[in-house]
Amino acid sequence: MTTTSTSSNAVEAPAPPARPRGWRALPSPVRHLLLAALGLAVFTGFLLVTGDLTALRMAAVGYTMLSIAGLQLLVGGSGQVSLGHGAFMMIGAYTTALLVIHMPMLPLAADLLLVVLVAVVAGIAVGAATARLHGPYLAGATLILAVGLPGLAHRYHEVLGGSNGLTIRTAGAPPFLQGVVTNSEWKALVVWTTVLLAMALLATVNSGRLGRRLRAIRDDENAAAMAGIPVGRTKVVAFVIASAAGGLAGGLQAYVLGTITPGSFTLALSLTLIAALVLGGISSMWGALWAGLAVVYLEIWASDATRALNLDRDVENNLPVVVFGVLLILILRFWPLGVHGAVQRLTAPLRKKSAPR
Amino acid sequence: MTAIATEDLLRADGVTVRFGGLTALDDVGLRVAPGTVVGLIGPNGAGKTTLFNVLSGVLRPTAGSLTWKGRTVSGQKSHRLARAGISRTFQGLNLFHKMTVLDNVVAGADRLARGGPLSLLTGFGHHHRDEAELRDRALAALERFGIAGTAHHYPSTLPYGIQKQVALARACVGAPELLLLDEPASGLSGKQLDDLAAQIRGLSEDMAVVLVEHHMDLVMEVCDHIVVLNFGKVISTGTPDEVRADPAVMQAYLGTAERSGR
Repeated sequence: MTTTSTSSNAVEAPAPPARPRGWRALPSPVRHLLLAALGLAVFTGFLLVTGDLTALRMAAVGYTMLSIAGLQLLVGGSGQVSLGHGAFMMIGAYTTALLVIHMPMLPLAADLLLVVLVAVVAGIAVGAATARLHGPYLAGATLILAVGLPGLAHRYHEVLGGSNGLTIRTAGAPPFLQGVVTNSEWKALVVWTTVLLAMALLATVNSGRLGRRLRAIRDDENAAAMAGIPVGRTKVVAFVIASAAGGLAGGLQAYVLGTITPGSFTLALSLTLIAALVLGGISSMWGALWAGLAVVYLEIWASDATRALNLDRDVENNLPVVVFGVLLILILRFWPLGVHGAVQRLTAPLRKKSAPR
Repeated sequence: MTAIATEDLLRADGVTVRFGGLTALDDVGLRVAPGTVVGLIGPNGAGKTTLFNVLSGVLRPTAGSLTWKGRTVSGQKSHRLARAGISRTFQGLNLFHKMTVLDNVVAGADRLARGGPLSLLTGFGHHHRDEAELRDRALAALERFGIAGTAHHYPSTLPYGIQKQVALARACVGAPELLLLDEPASGLSGKQLDDLAAQIRGLSEDMAVVLVEHHMDLVMEVCDHIVVLNFGKVISTGTPDEVRADPAVMQAYLGTAERSGR
């Protein structure tokens, strides 16, 4: 091409960025799988020095993190706000319970694959129905899902167990590992292995072409369409990926807890997930880690505190919510990009030194 | 199909757009041959942008047909037309404001990306090499448009003139066969306008260009062919000299003594 560059517009600046080298030159799935393996190694080491109770709590952090990572792709990536993410966790949890009860011969891996499949189908149904909705309208439609779905457990109580829910027994550590790891530690390891694999996939999507398409749609749908990006279809794909992550997280929750009740998948869960995402940092998948920790540990700390202070039961029940709300306001006041934004700002000088652009 | 029709890259026939009772376009025709620059002019409210929106698939016409390289594409969505080789810029630039300049331009090259849904999800297959190619292509485009130094900046932090170049680079990086420019000269002046004229002529060596523009000097300088719209109708068409000499155009722009006397 022989376009004359407009000299009056030209910016005096350093040489254009060269192709990435070293670590960055590796294909992104390879990079993310290596990071996942490293994360699993760190987590295993962490389990060795902590007890059973922490293992169970960290398992909860794991599946919450996965659920929120899916939400991050949807909200932070494609700009679609879903207030019904908890509903997909419920779908995953009940699917797991029903599979364990009615098809006990299936291994856990098969259960989880089927859970993802069911969540994908549910995601396609909801995503296709809501694809033309924007902003508050989409939020409203997904809100209905979060409000309505738990009701199904009461309506079909013969199958879904009503408000008592379903109880399942899942296998603990395999025989040859008896005495090496406890059942809780084993479950935590299973959860984190699954979660890290799924998050490696999510991170690959986020950093690849699909992630870029989502961000383009988020920023300007018309311009994205004129770049050849199929806007409607891509938005549904984002919704389905988020649903699958939520469903898998719910399945893992059922596996760890063994009890699945409609009361754990109320609107409050969906709202907590999105609030936690904002608190952790909506612009990056790392935000999901902080968000998962916050959801699990803030509640534990708050109830520990109320018990230590001998407070009333009403106070004890509501304090975690209050603490969460106050923290959310404070964090957003001082770090608008959430905890991850703050971490990034603090480590920025280090990163600049190690990798000059 | 006539011999002329197959020569045309894009052809619009009898395009009519009605918004309720208002007729924005009334039986408008347009032909764009490869490698030519076609100007679309007319007073405010003449229907220029409406026609642009029809040509880029944003708006589905009430009646009329759109033919791209001899194939009917009426009613096709924007992304399909974009993948077929039609690109456009926007009056408001519409840059992806939370993406870097480089990512903006890489996104513009999306139509050249290959690979199926599986490689899109997992990143395996050709995805990595393919992405590196898009990135190289985008960097080359930044270089060509003289904005290589801004690759890692966010568009909103850059001067307006540079942002316009980013929008142009994004529209051209996918090697379109037809580029629709919506008021490329707005907000520019003096030397920048001369540069823009040279730039448009340069682009037309690789692609056909249709531009909507108010700046008459620019239009007369760069266009091979001009279509004048007024109140949704084509009132004149021809070379710059022909259009300049057409009394109907004069009348549309300045009004007539007879009319103002009424």
